[in-house]
Amino acid sequence: MILTPETLEKIETTIPKYPVKRSAVMTLLHFIQSEQGYISNEAVEWVAEKLEIQPINVLEVVTFFPYYRQEKLGKVHVRVCRTLSCALMGAYKLSDDLVKQLDCKMGHTKEDGSVTLEYAECLAACGTGPVVLVDEDLFEKLNQPGTVEPMVEVIKTRAQSEAAASE
Amino acid sequence: MAAVENRILLKHADEDYYSPSIDSYLQYGGYETLKKALYEKPEDLREVVKESGLRGRGGAGFSCGVKWSLVDRKSGKPIYLICNCDESEPGTFKDRQLVHKDPHQLIEGMMISAFANDVELAFIYIREEMPLGAKILEKAVEEAREKGLVGENIQGSGYSCDIVVHRGAGAYICGEETGLIESLEGNRPYPRIKPPFFPAVLGLYRCPTIVNNVETLCNVVHIVKMGADEFAKIGRAGNTGTRIWCVSGMIQKPGYYEIEPMTMRELLYDLCGGPLPGRKLKACIPGGGSMKILRVDESFKDRDGREFSFDEIIVDYDGIMAAGSMSGSSGMMILDDSTDITEALANITAFYAHESCGQCTPCREGSLWSKKITARMCTGGAREEDVDLLYDMAGNIGGRTVCPMGYSITWPVQSYIDKFRDEIVANAKANSCGMKSYEERLIEK
Ligand SMILES: Cc1cc2nc3c(=O)[nH]c(=O)nc-3n(C[C@H](O)[C@H](O)[C@H](O)COP(=O)(O)O)c2cc1C
Ligand code: SF4
Ligand code: FES
Repeated sequence: MILTPETLEKIETTIPKYPVKRSAVMTLLHFIQSEQGYISNEAVEWVAEKLEIQPINVLEVVTFFPYYRQEKLGKVHVRVCRTLSCALMGAYKLSDDLVKQLDCKMGHTKEDGSVTLEYAECLAACGTGPVVLVDEDLFEKLNQPGTVEPMVEVIKTRAQSEAAASE
Repeated sequence: MAAVENRILLKHADEDYYSPSIDSYLQYGGYETLKKALYEKPEDLREVVKESGLRGRGGAGFSCGVKWSLVDRKSGKPIYLICNCDESEPGTFKDRQLVHKDPHQLIEGMMISAFANDVELAFIYIREEMPLGAKILEKAVEEAREKGLVGENIQGSGYSCDIVVHRGAGAYICGEETGLIESLEGNRPYPRIKPPFFPAVLGLYRCPTIVNNVETLCNVVHIVKMGADEFAKIGRAGNTGTRIWCVSGMIQKPGYYEIEPMTMRELLYDLCGGPLPGRKLKACIPGGGSMKILRVDESFKDRDGREFSFDEIIVDYDGIMAAGSMSGSSGMMILDDSTDITEALANITAFYAHESCGQCTPCREGSLWSKKITARMCTGGAREEDVDLLYDMAGNIGGRTVCPMGYSITWPVQSYIDKFRDEIVANAKANSCGMKSYEERLIEK
């Protein structure tokens, strides 16, 4: 498996931070997923060897957590909070709007790999709901006029520029 | 006089002059308390925290000082401190403010707590959905390390302790302390059974471990700074200090409010501006999605038999307990007369069905059943008997599982039915509530 030198360096400095190597499994998976977009079988084996555990020990972590993916995520990852406070503020209407505007089914990745659109459970920003997490950026109060369009714009621009960058 | 906030932990957080950098924190006296604490005896610091009456802000409200006193100090094993920043209880968003806006207050609190408990390695477990928070914390730890406030030989005292920021990956159960510990060890976060796995004795790597919430640890700075007696004057007996309440849902001014105990009326009207125009408040979930719901037209009885109304509930641990619920994670969700209770319950049960770790059959199966039954009460296919079926089934979950999450299904289901039985029965009978308008529906159609 080929990882960039930066990721390899991050991995090497992370492992000794923990008293027991195995504890670094989540952090390594984070690094690898952010570089490769998902956790391949090859990555599972690579991490297992690195931490001197069995591949199944890595795989059981990968399959438990919603964040880790075994299939490539879209270039832009859009998560709409659906839990009660956001729902009260219109999260379901918002999600229907996004399905249309992004032309992407809920819980799916677009065929061209540009966008993944999903529900998320409470994002700890309930006072400013409904909220959406676009990659690492939180968009809030999305029931106010004029708030959704700029976010959709960000998503589309990012999807395009990422697509261009990876060509 | 209208009630007001008393910002201690959030004193600087939202001010224009302030930033999360160490310079801001140092400029306003930051880390002075740690520097002084390093010259005190750890056991004296522990005593101060115990005397202050500080209760945990993460959920159960257990005395912080007592928790620290239970740590096994004779085992000869290292002692670990973990800051729980998993903040995932529906309705809760206070730790986010503390981490994003004043990270050094947390780090100072952690270092004092670590020193007081002879800890040489501490962790912050932060949920994946707060990527910015993780970056801020990593930077803050680095800044503190450069200034000799974290790491080797802190301020020349001979005491060393490092902090590792660890990111989660989107699972609610990592907020439960033993699930968190399993996750930190690199395993699936299946909570551990107590006994024997009390973290104070058999925690991280089977070593004594302290798990505290972000807000709890931030309070430690102020307790050590002002002394136990001064701190205990804030709030009321058994409920000392301020608490940051997160108010969300159908209310004019949702947000986070750092307050001393006040009445529900003062919080919801003076501070939060009351219901939305033309609406009436209907119910309140007082301490995060797991807690029992309260009706605003209910009347309650305290231990001496005195009756009190919803408006008169005192918003703190004991006040909300007296009304039959719990203050939990202090995430308060407000529902008004436009809300369909069955849909609200269906939304909440969907959360717990998604988040059950799957280890215990009652919770794994019961959460899914609750989700399915409540969903059909909203979308069609329900029967009148479903209400009793749901109620009985939910009653068989809490207390019969490895971790307390079982109650997160039992409590909402049974309290919503106890308090809004007519509404829920009517929906079940009609075979669905018809679902609210497009704007207001609370679950997927
Ligand atoms: C299902 C479940 C989820 C929990 N989630 C959190 C959480 O997100 N954050 C938190 O601080 N405590 C959470 N707790 C409480 C922790 O188990 C633990 O009691 C707490 O972190 C202790 O800190 P404190 O004593 O400072 O309150 C949760 C408990 C349960 C049962
Ligand atoms: S009660 Fe639920 S969340 Fe807790 S250990 Fe059992 S299955 Fe997991
Ligand atoms: S309910 Fe959406 S952020 Fe909490």
